[in-house]
Formats: sequence, structure tokens, C-alpha cells
Amino acid sequence: VTPAPEVYEGGAEAPATHHILSVLVENKAGVLSRIAGLFARRGFNIYSLAVAPAEGHDRFSRVTIVVDAASTPLEQIMGQLDKLVNVVQILDLRPRDAIERELLLATVATTEQNRRVVLDAVSEAGGSVVDADTRAVTVMLAGTPGACDQFERRLESFTNVTLHRTGRVALPRLTPTLD
Amino acid sequence: MTMELTGAQALIKSLEHQDVDVVFGLPGGAILPVYDPLIDSSVRHILVRHEQGAGHMAEGYAQATGRPGVAMVTSGPGATNIVTPIANAHMDSTPLVVITGQVARASIGTDAFQECDITGITAGITKHNFLVPSAEELPRIVAAAFHLATTGRPGPVLIDVPKDVAQSTMQWWWPSSIDELDLPGYRAQPTIDVAAIEQAATLIRESSRPVLYVGGGVLKSRATAELLAFADRTGIPVVTTLMARGAFPDSHSQHLGMPGMHGVYTAVTAMQRADLLITLGARFDDRVTGRLDGFAPTAKIVHVDIDRAELGKVRHPDAAVHADVREALAALDATGTKPRDLTAWWSQLRAWQEDFPLTYDEPNEGGPLRPQAVVQALSQAAPAGTIVAAGVGQHQMWASQYWQFDEPNTWINSGGAGTMGFGLPAAIGAKVGRPDRTVWAIDGDGCFQMTAQELVTARSEGVPIKVAILNNAYLGMVRQWQEMFYDERYSEVYLSPDLPDYVKWAEAMGCVGLRARNSEEMYSVIDEANAINDVPVVVDFRTDSSEKVFPMVASGKTNDDIMVHPSQQGARS
Repeated sequence: VTPAPEVYEGGAEAPATHHILSVLVENKAGVLSRIAGLFARRGFNIYSLAVAPAEGHDRFSRVTIVVDAASTPLEQIMGQLDKLVNVVQILDLRPRDAIERELLLATVATTEQNRRVVLDAVSEAGGSVVDADTRAVTVMLAGTPGACDQFERRLESFTNVTLHRTGRVALPRLTPTLD
Repeated sequence: MTMELTGAQALIKSLEHQDVDVVFGLPGGAILPVYDPLIDSSVRHILVRHEQGAGHMAEGYAQATGRPGVAMVTSGPGATNIVTPIANAHMDSTPLVVITGQVARASIGTDAFQECDITGITAGITKHNFLVPSAEELPRIVAAAFHLATTGRPGPVLIDVPKDVAQSTMQWWWPSSIDELDLPGYRAQPTIDVAAIEQAATLIRESSRPVLYVGGGVLKSRATAELLAFADRTGIPVVTTLMARGAFPDSHSQHLGMPGMHGVYTAVTAMQRADLLITLGARFDDRVTGRLDGFAPTAKIVHVDIDRAELGKVRHPDAAVHADVREALAALDATGTKPRDLTAWWSQLRAWQEDFPLTYDEPNEGGPLRPQAVVQALSQAAPAGTIVAAGVGQHQMWASQYWQFDEPNTWINSGGAGTMGFGLPAAIGAKVGRPDRTVWAIDGDGCFQMTAQELVTARSEGVPIKVAILNNAYLGMVRQWQEMFYDERYSEVYLSPDLPDYVKWAEAMGCVGLRARNSEEMYSVIDEANAINDVPVVVDFRTDSSEKVFPMVASGKTNDDIMVHPSQQGARS
């Protein structure tokens, strides 16, 4: 059992107005475009978005959207989203009641001098090397958004880094925290 | 027993299963296969002269009958020409099913002739849309489209049919239940929340200056009888928005009229001073609220809407009732809730009504006509149950102010989108749906010129509508704003009273054309127009260009800054 964290795993920088919506949608052509179009035309802000087939994956996909409810109340975002006919279910996950994970991939150019430093930074963060040659390494970290933030900052201290993050996915904690 | 049909045949058969009696449309390449089985169908087709006309006719039909309007057009420009009516229906929650042809599946995405991504274009202005993947899916998709268009908050649904889908064959079937529609994410009807009703009842019980703020949702959910019963029992004053004219009788003593930018002073001011707005199927549109931070500052809000996203979208409700307004009214009535003594409130309201009725300058005997007088004369001469449709602008406001509405679904206009040119084709659609009723289009000269080619449709299809052009030779509402807010600098608003010659235009299209320049002609021409019931009639009423719509709340002002007619200024009580 993972105990509820003292602080939000999304990192200290995550604004309090961020909410995670776990949205179950029909796995049909154009669904993602309907969601993106809705957010665009109503002026709702998407902070990150991840989508993949869900359980029963021939029929449904799960979209994890981190929204910023600073400019629009969450109820309004959920109410409009719920009107999309292909949207089956919306879960509003309070960050502290959610398990969130994200994957970070990065290719870091290395020299003979700094290669050791790069590899140490990767192992310190709990990441792993997934590809390598004499000029560069490609590394990955799967972890909390906060851990990914931290790892990203560490990697930015090297020169010539290509970095890609998936956006977070989330599910409810099995035991919600008490207020 | 199985029956092999083409997709086209299945589509038409599906429309028959939905009891569609009429389709408004215009054929073209991609939709050609569907037009063939139409010849053998019981479904009537009205051949329009422009696809926009088909869409607005379907809207007029839907608003007059309460049944979904159906339009059918081809791909590419046929489809884009009907985008405006789709957007219009979306804003006004009008149930439409629009069928568009699409290029063959193998050609989609290749920039084929007359290809356009109409499901992409209309994603934001439909309740839902479908690109039909195969002929087998057609019955399910047609049934789903009608279900979506007509339940919950109604709206337009588009079905895009690739040409080869229409040409391929399928084994006929028809979904036997809603479960077979494959809509796992759609919940049409919210279940009524007893606690929310109780909360609303309590707010009503505690109120001493309540107003029933009635929107188009009351007509959509056919709640006018429940509204009348509730208003009668509680004695609460009623305002009806532009979308709700006719939802509560204008002749009822508790009716204060229309609120909003060009609303009746008492209706507007009652909302400003109210301590409770009982909001029924209305959405706090900016044309009703004026500047939002000054709108109804002392009012608590009960908000009843079938669309959850409307609750709190604009104004935070103190009691949010997510429900069909008809069920909610019945449930509220059953609580027996009544406001406090309304004597003081009514004496204030009556004083405002006394001081600030709708008014306009005396008619000029020699002409030009006062447009308000034309609307009043038309209304008085119209048989009971007459349906009136309007375009958008000054004439629309005068029609909504001066026509006497006493029946639901007798007022058809473009509210949310404000689509010029809506009135004439909408009147045709209304007359097709309600051939037993007299149908007047009250139009402006600017609006008329946008869609008047549909008079040919009206004549050739035997749809004897009547059209009153309030011809002031201007884009009148824009002219009014330029006069009032742009130092009388008139930019691109003059149209000419004589070009085109509206009488000749009518005659060229097989209609009767009449003209009235003064009061005497006005009355005789109205009688003449009312006596013609076999062909469409167009009347060119020459009206005063300088006439403005009052009252008016200027853009960006609060409703407290309502400008009354010049003759009433200073009479403020």
C-alpha cells in the first residue's frame, strides 16, 4: 500500500487549480479532436493530455487530462465535456487522491569527460539507460510528475538534450485521503 | 425475413420509420444515389433554391411543430451552405437532422471534387455528428440521430453519407430499442433531485419580489400548461425572453413582457429589483443580462435547466435544478410553495407599467409608416393561431414587442445566432409543417434580400406564406447604432427603398406583390394579403428610416441604464 504523500506528487510547482480528469471515451474516429475542439472553442486550458486504449480496448479509450481551472470553474469544464456524446464517464481526481505517473525519455549527448556524470545522474534519479552509443545515451524515467520535473531539471544542466514527456496518466487511489 | 437494400434505400426507409413527412433539400453529385429511392417514398421533398434555405425551412418546421426538421444536401459547397442554419439551430436548441452527401470512402482525404470535412466543420455546432462507415450502420445512425436531436436539450445532428455507402447493399434491420443505438455516453433525461426542488421551494417561500424568468426551454419541454398553473397559483410576475415569446400569454395580467436589450421597461427593471429569479430553461444570455456585474444585483437565483453545463455557466445559482423544466415545474407546484405577500411588489410593477409602457410616435397620416404600427395592424388582423417568423434586426424586435402572442410555438426567430435572412425560409418551413395556420414572415429589407429566392420554392411547392417587408431602406439596426453611438456617421447601411422593386420581385417569382406607403394603404393592403390563400404574398411596407427600437440598453451598460422612448424620458418613477 502506498501511503498518501505529505505533499502533492505532481511537484511543489503544480498550481492548486490543476485538476486531473480521467475521461473514458468511446474508441471512435475523431473523438480526440472533439475533446480538443471543445477545450479550444470554450477557452479551457489543457496542461497535459494522454490517451490510450482502456480496458475493453476495442470499445473504449481513457484520456487523462490535466486541466487548469483557474479561468473556468471545473464544473463548467466537466459539464461541457459530459455533453460530448462519445464521452462515457468523467472522474475528477483530486491530485492527492490520485496515483499519477508519467514517462520521460531523453537523449543526452555525451563526451568522454561527462559520460560518467550523466550516467550517475540517471541512476540517482532511478532512471535507466535504454539506448547508447559512443556519442549519446537515451535514458528514461517512469515516475511521479514531480520526479519527472526534477529529473528534467537535472538533465537540463547538460548541453544538447532532446527530451520528451508523455503527459501524465492517473487512477484513483484505492483509499482516498480524509479531509 | 431478410431484405437486401442499398444504403440509399435504407436511409430513406429509416426516415420513414422515424415518421418523417417532409425533407427540405437540394440534390447534387455525392447525394445522388439517395435521391433515387426518394421518388418511391412517402416522404415529401421540398426542392429549395439554396441549401441555406433548406436548413432554415427545417428549423421553421421544427419550431412550429415541435418535431425534428430534416434537411438533405450534397457534399462540399452543398454541405457548407447549410452550416449557417446548423449553427443557428445549435444556438437556439432546435431539433434538426441534416443529411449530407460525402465523396466515396476511398476518396476521403484526397481533396476529391466537392469534398469537404463537414463532420470536422460542424463538430462545434452540432449536438453530435456521424460519418457513416458502412451501409449496415445506417438504420442505427439515423435512429440515434433522431434520438439525440429530440431528447435532452434538443439540437442539430448531422449524418454524413459517403456516396459508395449509399450505393452498397445491406440486409435491412431496424434497432428495436434505445440500447441498440450504441450511445453509451448519452444520458438524455436527468432524474429530478428532490433536495434541489426543496431548496428552490424554500427560496420561493422566502421571496417577496420574485420573477419567473422564462426561456425557450419551457417551449422545448412543452411546459406551458405547467407554467400557467404555477404562475396562476403563486401570483408571481412573468417575463418571457425572445426565445420564449408565446410560452406565457401576452394577455395574462401577470405577464410583464420581454426582458433584455430591447425589453419592456417593467420586465427589465423587475429583474433588476427582484429578490429571486426563478429561471426556467433560460441561459442568462448577454442580450438579457446586459453588463453582467450589474445584472439583478439583489436577486437570488433558482436555475432549472436540462443542460447541466448551463447551471452556473454565467450566473451562480442558489438552487440548481438539473431537470426537464416541465417535470421541475410540476414538482415545484406539488410542494405548494408560495412567495410572501406580493402586494407591494405588484403595486411597484403596476406603477412602472403605467409610466413606461411600450410606445412609439403617432403615426404619420401621409406616411412613411411607423413600423410598430404595421406590426400591430398585422397582429390585430391575423386569425387566432397565426404563426409569425422574423429575420434579425429592428423588425425582429418590433415584431417581438408589438405582436400579441397568446399561444406557444407561434413565434419563430433566430435568437442566439442572430442570422439575417432566417425569417422567410423559416416561414416556409412553418407553413409546410402547419398548413392549417396563417404564417406571416415579418422581415426587414436587408434580411429579405439574403434569402428571398426561396419565394420561388414557396410558389412552386404551393406554400402560401405571407411576407411583410418593413422597408426602411436601411440595415436598420446597424443604422440605429451608428446614429446613437457613432455620431450619426452612417457607414455602408443605406440600401434604397426602390432597388430592388419588391413588388416586381414578388411577381417575378410567381407571388402577389403589394405595397403600402401610408396608413390608409396599410389597412387595405393587409386585408388584401389576408384574403389571398393560394399563393405567397409579399407586401412592401414603406416605413420611416429614422425610427429606432426602444427601450434600449446600450452595449456594455447595465440594465439600470435602460433608455426609454424619448417621450418617456424624465417620467422615471
